[in-house]
Amino acid sequence: MEVKNREKNGVTILDLKGKITIGAGEIALRNAVQDAINSGAKNLVINMSGVTTIDSSGVGELVSAYTTTMNRGAKLKLACLPNKVQDILVITQLITVFDVFDTEEEAVASFAA
Amino acid sequence: MADDHCFHLDLGSRFENIELVQVVLREALVRFGMDEDARHWVDVAVREAIANAIKHGNAQNPEKKVHVDLSLDGDELVIRVGDEGPGFDPALIHDPLAPENLLRPNGRGIFYMKSFMDEIHYGTRPGGGTLVTLKKKVTRVQDNPEGHREEGTEWK
Repeated sequence: MEVKNREKNGVTILDLKGKITIGAGEIALRNAVQDAINSGAKNLVINMSGVTTIDSSGVGELVSAYTTTMNRGAKLKLACLPNKVQDILVITQLITVFDVFDTEEEAVASFAA
Repeated sequence: MADDHCFHLDLGSRFENIELVQVVLREALVRFGMDEDARHWVDVAVREAIANAIKHGNAQNPEKKVHVDLSLDGDELVIRVGDEGPGFDPALIHDPLAPENLLRPNGRGIFYMKSFMDEIHYGTRPGGGTLVTLKKKVTRVQDNPEGHREEGTEWK
C-alpha cells in the first residue's frame, strides 16, 4: 500500500492507495499515522478513496490509529470510503466509532466547526 | 463445472503468500462464473483464513506450511485452509461487536469469515493443526447480471 502525506488548511491528509492488509499494508498505515503525530499533527484525515481491500488487520490498524491519535490529543477522521470499505465498517459497527465524511473537503471543514 | 479449476496449494508461512493464493483463487472464481461482488467477499474471507493460519496457527514459522484446497460441490464452493499449529478453540474468541471489544485492534478475522461465507467449520487436520472449512453457494453472473447486491440486501 502507498501512503502520501500532505496538508490542507492546517489539516494533515493521508492518502491511502492499495490494500490495507496484514503485513506490509497495516505497517505502512501504522508508520504514517505515527510519523504524522510525531511531527505534531493535531488534525488528521485519512482519505480512503484509493483503498481496494481492507482485511481485519487493516481494520484493527484503523482502530489503533483512532485510539493513538485520541490518546495523543489529536483527532482522526475518515473520508471518501469506497463502498466495500464502508460495508466493512458497517458490519463491524465501527462506523459508529469513526467520524466519516463523504468528501475530503467536508472532513477538513469539520475541524473548524 | 469443470474440476480442473479446483486447486491445492501448500504455502510457506509468509503473509506475502496470501497474494499468491488470491491470484489463483480469483482466476478459479471467475471460471466458476461467480459474480464480481461475491468474488470480492470470498476473497476477503479466504484472506482471513490464511492470515490466521500463518499468524496464529503456524506462528509465522517458515518451516510450517499452510494448506489450501478449493473445490466445487455442485453449486457450493468449498475452501479448506489448514495449518500445522497446535490447534485452537474458536469458543475462546471474543465477540468483536460487544461494546467492550469494539476498540480492540484484533479479533475480527473469524467474524469476517462468518459474515461473508454461508458456512464456516473448524476441525483438526489429519496429522495435527487446525482445519477451517469455508462454504459459499456460487451466485453466477447470469443470476446477478450487474454483479452487485440489490439495494437493501445483505452480503452473503
